[in-house]
Amino acid sequence: MNWLNAFLGRPKSTSREIARNRLQLVLVHDRVNMSPQLLQTLKDDLIVVISKYVEIDVEHMEVTFTQNKRRSRLVADIPITGTRTKR
Amino acid sequence: MSAKVITITSGKGGVGKTTATANIGAALALQGKRVVAIDADIGLRNLDVVMGLENRVVYDLVHVVEGACRLRQAMIKDKHMDGLFLIPAAQSRDKNAVSPQDMIAVCEQLRPDFDFVLIDSPAGIEQGFKNAVAPADQVLIVTTPEVSAVRDADRIIGLIEADGKGPARLIVNRLRPDMVQRGDMLDTSDVTDVLAIDLLGVVPDDESIIVSTNRGIPAVLENNSRAGQAFRNIAGRLLDQEIPFMELEAPPSWLQRLGRLVRRA
Repeated sequence: MNWLNAFLGRPKSTSREIARNRLQLVLVHDRVNMSPQLLQTLKDDLIVVISKYVEIDVEHMEVTFTQNKRRSRLVADIPITGTRTKR
Repeated sequence: MSAKVITITSGKGGVGKTTATANIGAALALQGKRVVAIDADIGLRNLDVVMGLENRVVYDLVHVVEGACRLRQAMIKDKHMDGLFLIPAAQSRDKNAVSPQDMIAVCEQLRPDFDFVLIDSPAGIEQGFKNAVAPADQVLIVTTPEVSAVRDADRIIGLIEADGKGPARLIVNRLRPDMVQRGDMLDTSDVTDVLAIDLLGVVPDDESIIVSTNRGIPAVLENNSRAGQAFRNIAGRLLDQEIPFMELEAPPSWLQRLGRLVRRA
């Protein structure tokens, strides 16, 4: 159906886009030498440590790598739902 | 004269390092520069055949390193151009016959007599690659617009940076504008965005490269070779000339033209 899309001028997800997205993802993990599985383990450990101090919303937490030029950054976005320690 | 040492490498094999080395070397010589190209792919010698000099090989890089001949004796003068020389790799030895220190020593000896020393690196990230990069002032990375080649290029870029040899510059080889346009190939911008390094040149996929390699004559000597033109541009940029990137647009197919008409109506 490639020709039909070309005819109607509506770009679907082309193999070029798929290649680009796959590359971006694989390079993020290559650059820090950390597989998606290992990242999950890191996330699990983070949950344990941070939960000692505050209550967190595990469902909505996000731990990802971001790239700026060739620098990698680990970004953890963890919603806090309450405090553990009583003031 | 103090030569600039430029290593051409890629990580992945078969993306066009040797072709790039031969053509950039010839293009620099066309501009009147004195150039020596070193084949650092010990055991898998190829730069000699691509340059059409295979029948003139007597001594090679390993002979030089082991002191079996003088450096001059291993330098083969190009058939087509003054000022272009080749130091071939040994064919019957392996990468461990040469060390990074040997490569640095050879290049130091060459520097006073040349404007450029080009080193054709073997594929991979092992000894041969380390040998090729050790003496480099600049590193050029060749890739094709394919996920495997780009991924390997990224690894190489990381190693070059860690080695303090960066920033490397990129050559995107064998681009097919027709495939890019129909969304079936990574474009140059996709590759440079993902790799986050500077682009030195884009070489279109071109049958004339195969023909010129068959003949042992670099494509830069053919006036109507698109790839030859791209390599001449790359050489010019290495000489700090301001050369815009080639327009690599495929002509629209009749179907696209029809589509555009329909949408306009």
